[in-house]
Parts: sequence; structure tokens; C-alpha cells
Amino acid sequence: MTTTRTPPTPGASKRAPGRSPTSTRGGAARGRRGDGRFVAVCLLPALALFALFMIWPTVSVFRMSLYTWSGFSTQMRFVGLDNFSKLLDDEQFLRAFQNTVALLVVVTVVTMGMGLFLAAVMTRQKLRGHTFYRFVLYVPNVLSVVVIAAIFSAVYDQENGLLNGTLRLLSLDGLQQVWLGDQKLVLYSVATAMLWQSLGYYMVIYMSSMASIPEELYEASALDGASAARQFFAVTLPLIWQNLRTTLTFFILSAVNLSFVLVRAMTGGGPDGASEVLLSYMYKQAYTNSAYGYGMAIGVVIFAFSFLVSLLVSRATRREPLQF
Amino acid sequence: MTTINKSGPRPGRGLTHLLVGGITLLIVIPVAWVLVASLKRKSEFFGSPWTLPEGLHLRNYVDAFGGAHMGRYFATSVLVTLLGLVFVLAVSVPAAYVVARYEFRGKSIVEVALLAGLFVNVNYIVVPIFLMLVDWDRALVDVFPDGFFLDNPAMLALVYAATSIPFTIYLLSAYFRSIPGDFEEAALLDGASRFRIMTRVMLPMARPAVTTVILFNFLAYWNDFIIALTLLPGEGKTLQVGLLNLMAAQKAAADPGRLYAGMVIVIVPVLLLYALIQRRLIQGMAAGGVKG
Repeated sequence: MTTTRTPPTPGASKRAPGRSPTSTRGGAARGRRGDGRFVAVCLLPALALFALFMIWPTVSVFRMSLYTWSGFSTQMRFVGLDNFSKLLDDEQFLRAFQNTVALLVVVTVVTMGMGLFLAAVMTRQKLRGHTFYRFVLYVPNVLSVVVIAAIFSAVYDQENGLLNGTLRLLSLDGLQQVWLGDQKLVLYSVATAMLWQSLGYYMVIYMSSMASIPEELYEASALDGASAARQFFAVTLPLIWQNLRTTLTFFILSAVNLSFVLVRAMTGGGPDGASEVLLSYMYKQAYTNSAYGYGMAIGVVIFAFSFLVSLLVSRATRREPLQF
Repeated sequence: MTTINKSGPRPGRGLTHLLVGGITLLIVIPVAWVLVASLKRKSEFFGSPWTLPEGLHLRNYVDAFGGAHMGRYFATSVLVTLLGLVFVLAVSVPAAYVVARYEFRGKSIVEVALLAGLFVNVNYIVVPIFLMLVDWDRALVDVFPDGFFLDNPAMLALVYAATSIPFTIYLLSAYFRSIPGDFEEAALLDGASRFRIMTRVMLPMARPAVTTVILFNFLAYWNDFIIALTLLPGEGKTLQVGLLNLMAAQKAAADPGRLYAGMVIVIVPVLLLYALIQRRLIQGMAAGGVKG
């Protein structure tokens, strides 16, 4: 077993142990009799759980979207794409769609801008106490969404909330708002909570990718007389571009998912559907309305939407990777 | 900074400090405010939100733990989280090791499926999982008239474990691959069995990756409420769902002290853990590009 290693041909471990001399990395007990059984014993429990609780439910989402049935009755009726064509006339659905897209755009732009700014000043200016700042800014990321929803419900509370109470204290009573009860405001209130939750997370990601940019590049551009802002756009941004693209995918996913859990815990989609997002509408249909087939059709749309947007964004932002 | 400041102390520097400090304050204030408010008397909630409580009103905590059952929910959460971690490690460590080190038929299919699993968000599939468990309960109604699969903390833990398998295997197998094969070959020459090599040689060496996996999964299980809300509809709730109920109850009863105390009970364990391991958490996140 020191020089001869089994090839990575499929099934070799079962049928012909240790015949080919092709070597692979790693040094496990490869190609011995009984490998197949060992592999199976190690792999099957994980695969069984994965198939049962992830693959099968995912397939179910797609399958169920083609049926209609209500509640716990077992009678399912195949309706083809009817659920999907109904969606086009569903104003509540369209509104939820709009809200999701609005959150996606606003939260992404603001969070990314602030995250980049913070990361840049922390890494470039070696701000005193930057480890402390990083520690604090990352805290919201370990808190649960329910806790964040509870915190912001308290902050936004109409009577005794931190926000309105402070405004009253400053004699700015005129600026007091019903932050979660005003149809025009509620989406921004949710967006603020999302920003609060994820700013530190993205800052840390950007910091770690900025930290790997060699110092010489900045020294060279400083000799050319580039200002800090110019350096940021000419050196930093192009060199962390791949990292930025990755986080764009995260932003898309969190606009869909984080917005839902926050809305679910904080506003319940209200007032009057003003803060409804796609996933919360899906839940409403599935649980309170017992329209499982219809709900799953919404699920399929969300899935397709986030996949397509990720793909488009990834295409649109493709650049030749820069080496440094 | 070693570069010479030509223009003396730069004015931009103070401004950045102010900006960064200001943003940091915006993060700190709401959390600190909750901690302080949890000690206030009912009458102290009216008026200015900036007043400090006159005394330590620990009654709120007694109310939250007992009256609002947060103590019991805490126990459920601990149980579910621990069980979930045990389940996910028990199935993922061997699977990740085999994926990293062995060749077998259908390996590429397994790898692709697990990779695709990384992109399946639980929010989509909770409904089918719920309906599946309802079906199972209905099928076994003769054996378990009260149902077995729903309202079962162990089942919730199993679902948690299952939904984090792709991520766990992804991280662990990447780490196993990075360990040189010499150690296994040496152990093999000593006559160690495959199982022994895995558990006694490789697992201890993969400890940093296992720690990272435990951390992220702990946070995911402890903080989840969507799956818990769906799969434990009865009395035995987790802490997050309990807090959600407390929020709803508070809107009606106007007893904020209990709610704030409940929030602190949920926040403190996570904050303590974070303070202990923040360096590792942030490093792990930066290395794996993990969505937290």
C-alpha cells in the first residue's frame, strides 16, 4: 500500500481492488477487500436523511404546485399550470413580489455600500480599536431573527418605543411615526432591521478579502499621488470583485429568506399586506388558507426568481479575474 | 501606519472615527436598551425610554421563566440543539470522510447532489416536510394514537440535522482532503482498521473543522424558529417560538418587562458563546464564505 493505489474508476473498490497503478491524493485504506461495505455504512445514513428531508420535499414542492387540494383531505386534483396562471391575476401576490424586489434593491445597495466603506476604512486606515468595532458590528449576526424582530418591535413601538420616545424627548413630536403601522413606512422599517442585522456580516467578509491585497499596490499608487478614494476605486474594488459577486448572491438569497423570517415575526405581512413578501405570502396560502398547491406554486416562482436573478447578476458582473 | 503625514493630523481621520463610532453605537444601543429595560418596573416603561431603572427588578425574570414558561422552553431548546448536533455529526463525519478519501460508484452523483443541497433553503421545504410528517402520523395512528412525528423534539432535531448535512459534509470533506495521506498509511501499516483510522487518526486531526461546523450548526439550530414553529405546534416549544408567543401576548397585555426579560434569556447564551469564540467564528466564516 505504499506505491500502488487504486484508481478513481467508479466501482473499482468493489470489483477489482488495487489493480491500476494510477495514484490519487489521500492515503486511506483504498482498494482493500470490504471497502464497499465500509463506504456504504459510512455514507448511507447521511444520504438517507438527506434524501428523505431535503431531496424528496424539494421534489414535492414542484409536484404539489401542479395540484389543487385543501387542508388535510387526501383528494388531490391535477390542474396542470392553473395555479401559475392564477398567480398573474393575484394582486396580493404581485404586491408581495414588488415588495421583495424593492427590499432586494434597497437593502443590497445600502448594505453593500456601507459594508464596503466600513471594511475599507478599517483595513486601510488601521483604525484604532478596529477589532472592537468588528466585534460589536458582528453581534447582530449571531442573534436570532425572532430576537431582532422583538428588538425592533420595541424600538418602533408607537407609545413607548425607543424611536418615538427619543423624538418626544427632543421635542420633535412632529417626527413621530407609526413605524410598523404605516403602509408607506413599514417596508423601510423592515429594510432598516435587515440592514442592522447583516451590515457586520458583509463588513467582515469584505475585510477579510481586502486584507489579502498586497500593501505594495497601495504604496505604488500612493507614489503616483492617488487619494484614498481613488485607491479604493482603482485598487481595492477591482481586486475584491470576485468576492463582491459572491456576496451579491447572498444578498439575493437573504432578500428572499431573511425578509420573510423578519416579516413573519415582526409585522405578519401587515398592515394590509404592505410588508408582505413572497415567502410570507406562500406561508399564508399554505397554512391559513390551506391552499397548499397554490402556495407551492408561489414557492416554485420564488425559487425560479432567485435562481434567475442570481444567474443574471452573475453574468452581468463577470470580469476577467485580476491576479495580484 | 508608517507613512508620513504631510499635513499633520488629517481631518478625515477624526471624521471616519466619528462615522464608524456612530454606526457602532447604533448597533449597541438597541441591544443595551433591551438589557436595561428587562430590569424595569411596569410603571417605568412610560415616559422617557432613556431613564435607568431605579432598582434591579428581577421579578421580570421570575415571570418570564415561570409564568411565560421560558424555563421549560429553554430546556427544550437545549435538548433539541444538542440532539441535532449529535445527529448531524454522527452521520456527516463518516460520510464526509468517505467522500474525501474513497472512490466508489456514483461518487460524482453524490457530490453534485450534496452541492445542490447547499442551495435548497429550508424555508421552501418546511411545508412538504410538515405534510409528510402528518401523513406518517396518520399511517401510524393505530400504534401511536397521539401521533409520534409531530410535536417530537427528537424528530425536530433529526430534521435540523438532515437540513444541515450538505453544508456540514461540504466543510468537513474539504478539510479531510487537506490532511496529508501519510498518517493514514502509517496507521494502516500498523494494522489499524478503516473505522479506527477514521475515528482515531483523522477525526482528531480534523478538530478545527469539526469545531467550526459545531459552531455554525449550533447557531442555526438555536436561532431557528420557522421549522420549530411548524413541527412543534403543541405545548413543547423551543425558546424562539416561546419568545414569538411572548411578543404576541405582550401586544395584548401591555406587560413589557416580561418580554424584555424573555429576550435577554434568549440573547445571553448566544452572546456569551460569541464573546468566547468570536475569533474562530469570524475566521471560519471568512475561510468558508459561509452564509451565516
